[in-house]
Amino acid sequence: MAAAQQVGAFVEFDRVQKSYDGETLVVKDLNLAMPKGEFLTMLGPSGSGKTTCLMMLAGFETATHGEIRLAGRPINQVPPHKRGIGMVFQNYALFPHMTVNENLAFPLEVRGIGKAEREAKIARALDMVKMGKFGNRRPAQLSGGQQQRVALARALVFDPELVLMDEPLGALDKQLREHMQFEIKHLHENLGITVVYVTHDQSEALTMSDRVAVFNDGVIQQLAPPDELYERPANSFVAQFIGENNKLPGVIEDVDGGRATVRLATGELIDATPVNVGGRGSRTLVSIRPERVEYLPERIPPGAHTIEAEVLEFIYMGESFRTRMRVAGSDDFIMKNRNAVGQRRLQPGERITIGWSPQDARALDPL
Amino acid sequence: MADLASDAPFATPARESLKTADGKPLKAALARAQARSRRRALFLVLPLLVFILVTFVFPIGQMLFRSVHNDAFSRNMPNLVAWFEATEPGTEPDEAAYAALAADLKLLRENRTAGEVGTRVNYELSGSRSLFTSTARRANALEPPFREAILAENEGWADPRLWQVMRDASSAYTANFYLAAVDLMHTETGEIARVPPDRQIYVNLFLRTFALSALITVLTLILGYPIAHLLATLPLRYSNILMILVLLPFWTSLLVRTTAWIVLLQQQGVINSTLVATGLIADDQRLAMIYNQTGTIIAMTHILLPFMVLPLYSVMRPIPPSYVRAARSLGASSWKAFRSVYFPMTVPGIAAGGLLVFILAVGYYITPALVGGASGQLISNLIAYHMTDSLNWSLAAALASILLAAVLLLYWLYDRLIGIDNLKLG
Amino acid sequence: MRKTLILSTALLGLATAASAQTLTVMSWGGAYGESQVEAYNKPFAAEKGVTVNMVDADNPATPIKAMVEAGNVSVDVADVELSDAVRLCDEGLIEPIDHSKLPPGADGTPAEEDFIDGALTDCAVANIVWSTIYAYDKSKFSGEVPTTIADFFDLEKFPGKRGLRKGAKANLELALMADGVPAAEVYDVLATPEGVDRAFAKLDTIKDQVVWWEAGAQPPQLLADGEVVMTTAYNGRIFAAATAEGKPFEIVWDGQIMDLDLFVIPKGAPNKELAMEYIAFATDSQRLADQAKWISYGPARKSSAPLVGLYKDGKTEMGPHMPTAPENMKNAVLNDFEFWADNGVELEERFNAWLAAN
Repeated sequence: MAAAQQVGAFVEFDRVQKSYDGETLVVKDLNLAMPKGEFLTMLGPSGSGKTTCLMMLAGFETATHGEIRLAGRPINQVPPHKRGIGMVFQNYALFPHMTVNENLAFPLEVRGIGKAEREAKIARALDMVKMGKFGNRRPAQLSGGQQQRVALARALVFDPELVLMDEPLGALDKQLREHMQFEIKHLHENLGITVVYVTHDQSEALTMSDRVAVFNDGVIQQLAPPDELYERPANSFVAQFIGENNKLPGVIEDVDGGRATVRLATGELIDATPVNVGGRGSRTLVSIRPERVEYLPERIPPGAHTIEAEVLEFIYMGESFRTRMRVAGSDDFIMKNRNAVGQRRLQPGERITIGWSPQDARALDPL
Repeated sequence: MADLASDAPFATPARESLKTADGKPLKAALARAQARSRRRALFLVLPLLVFILVTFVFPIGQMLFRSVHNDAFSRNMPNLVAWFEATEPGTEPDEAAYAALAADLKLLRENRTAGEVGTRVNYELSGSRSLFTSTARRANALEPPFREAILAENEGWADPRLWQVMRDASSAYTANFYLAAVDLMHTETGEIARVPPDRQIYVNLFLRTFALSALITVLTLILGYPIAHLLATLPLRYSNILMILVLLPFWTSLLVRTTAWIVLLQQQGVINSTLVATGLIADDQRLAMIYNQTGTIIAMTHILLPFMVLPLYSVMRPIPPSYVRAARSLGASSWKAFRSVYFPMTVPGIAAGGLLVFILAVGYYITPALVGGASGQLISNLIAYHMTDSLNWSLAAALASILLAAVLLLYWLYDRLIGIDNLKLG
Repeated sequence: MRKTLILSTALLGLATAASAQTLTVMSWGGAYGESQVEAYNKPFAAEKGVTVNMVDADNPATPIKAMVEAGNVSVDVADVELSDAVRLCDEGLIEPIDHSKLPPGADGTPAEEDFIDGALTDCAVANIVWSTIYAYDKSKFSGEVPTTIADFFDLEKFPGKRGLRKGAKANLELALMADGVPAAEVYDVLATPEGVDRAFAKLDTIKDQVVWWEAGAQPPQLLADGEVVMTTAYNGRIFAAATAEGKPFEIVWDGQIMDLDLFVIPKGAPNKELAMEYIAFATDSQRLADQAKWISYGPARKSSAPLVGLYKDGKTEMGPHMPTAPENMKNAVLNDFEFWADNGVELEERFNAWLAAN
């Protein structure tokens, strides 16, 4: 039965399914285990099922099938207020009719914690998010970033072991968001709590997480640390969703050990690493990160297939250059080069030869 | 001074007013620039302003005026008014007084205004109307000495209370209607006293009106709160259907709705017959649910329910579920989350709905008139009665003014306690 | 109901502004209003080539003051009760009427002599005699049926709800008669404070069993719905329900209180001359007799009595259904308009206080 159960797992989803209407599944057979202290991000487009998973974990939605376990204990039947999970909401959900102190006192009061201890905990939690001076303000008197800090403090003040965060930084501007990302990361590290974080922002996911679960269509497409996710996407969806990506459709000409030869639509051959493709003759989508494409002959690895390209646009970006090219009939093939010694400005119309290491081109499912 | 200022422009730079590019004072330029848009704004609100003046301020002013002003006596009895003015209050009516009365009675006969004057005096001294009409009818036959002549016509003219009332009425302005509206009156000696117990009506009715209105407000809140919550949390396509059901009564005539309640609630009505048919009550124990207070409460609660639901809904709809979820995740049971988080956030809606329902209930009269019987009558029914049946408009105006004052007091209290800017009417 | 009145008055204001040759008559509606439309309005409209409009009111006397005071009189002729006619005349709210303009009776009797006593006043001309009676639904009684006014107040003999008009008028007289005061002495007793107390004391005995009605159309409905076992009513309404709709209603004539309905012209009526012509036309012997064809109210002219024929169904003899029929008059009171004009305010106020007290 407990096929996915792992020893020492703190949060577990065991074959969890969720349907709202009895006809379609928004979460399909979800299996996930996370150890204590992990920062796990659920990443995916809207409607991919990530928020539903979070809500099931928090207890605001019930799983249609399967079991959710917290510290080894099934919690499907445990009401939300008895799960002891801290939660931060996208709109902060600070109670507008209470001051900051009262907001923080709320979880302590319902737990019957005495006044002195309460005040100490509140002070500590507010200091932790650098909001010590704002205890007597009302939420409406605070800025968005300040409200977010208070919401964090409130979710942490009763010392939960697990904290859920539902797109907590979505409403902040870019600079503040990046700043808060670090703060949350530091809190996680300092307090040793387990965090499940939901976002649709891939850079946020990559910056903060120990592991990222990429959701699409109710299924986890890939569960991996950020670098692996970026470097070695398991399929075309992940490759496309994380970072910038060039795609070249083609047919497998030959697979030889760790190396595949792919014939593109225009007839050229390129080299790639086969990831999830069939044998000879099956269709594939080759994915290459723009920064792994080279045109200087000395930088192209020896033995790799090269391909002709026509420069369409050259953009100077300071530390790097960005070149849009026509490659194998596709007009939006991007090459990104570091502004290093020996690099030059390419002219539109110029014909060049490009290439890459076969390890950097991944032959994936054709979508 | 002007010279001094221009001689030393740099000495007082802070007090120098800012100038526009061509040297005109900035403030004046700003005022000029804004004056036009202000004029235009005024022009736009003018129709509304006139409308409110004509349909609201003016009638209410008229009402207030009428409650303290009744010149039916003073206008038609010039001689007697002159005598009252020339003598001290409490003066025994002498021959001059009766002569003035006789002259006025002749005027009443000529102008056919005896009834008007008699009605005015009758408001405060019942049975005196016929004195005026009957004596005026034969006024031409009155000869000096007038005292004997008039008393020969009718002994009633000697009543000192009558003369006290006439002296009161000789001034067009009087507070007597307000006294009457709170069951007080002037005695013969001019003191203020309660009217006899069998005439006391208005104070009790005011109290009953406020008590019933408060009860109806509470009932609409109890019934309306869950409905509004359901409306606010259901998916839009279901809540729209439910909203139509809530609003349906709004689209039906008040009379139709009230009549429907009669059909349902009366002794041989649907509810009683069902109860009898199912054996819950015996045929001779049919419940009296209409033509009494119960009828008024049931029908008015139903009719006023949308006025509670709509403000509540408009407050509840924008409350995202995350507040209650946050409270739950922080460890609150669903009851605690409701009481400490959701409920306080809906207080502005409760206050708005409560104020709206209470004020409407205080002024309702059609429904109580139709289903209230005797015990379900409200003060507005008496106001309507004095407007249309007894035609004592001054008393009606005094009663209405007291009601208005009570409502304004309530509004003021509300502002002090909750703050009018928290009011959300949807 | 008042709402509809206000609305129709407002609409009328528009209508009269549009066409000067529209005569507006305000009456009580129901079967009575219909009888006036059939007997007076239709023939008058045909003869004069004008439009005659009919508006309903719970009591047409009440809007007149409002109209006259507001200077916005939209009604030319109104049908009011006697005490109201006298009071409105005293207050100068209605126009005086020149009796010489009324036609002589069908037998040539001058109008002044042809009308029954009290039917002609300075400002009003009577058209019918009606009465307040009480009625019961005979299908609800198996054994003994009520026959006297005392039975109406006898809850032991005839248990069940009673319907009474919400007001002092008529109820106080009925209470005294039920308490044993002879019809002829009712107003003498009522003129004393003890008499008033006695009347209210009698009403007290049935107060908690009373359903109060306001509009004349309500009592037949209350009877039909079974809400009350007996109710006071205007005799014509009960007749209409019993004869035209076949309801099993029975009238008890004992203790009936007769009253007159009179035509008046509100002061400042838009078509005063035409209104006078209408009144003269409507109150001639034949029209008054015709009116009785539609409802059981007696004509106010003596010369009309022989002309009264059958009900509109063509078979019911109207004579016995008239308040003025001798067998109905054995114990009857004629409403004392002077008493009510003088004491109405006082007694209605006391009645309201009595009603409001629990």
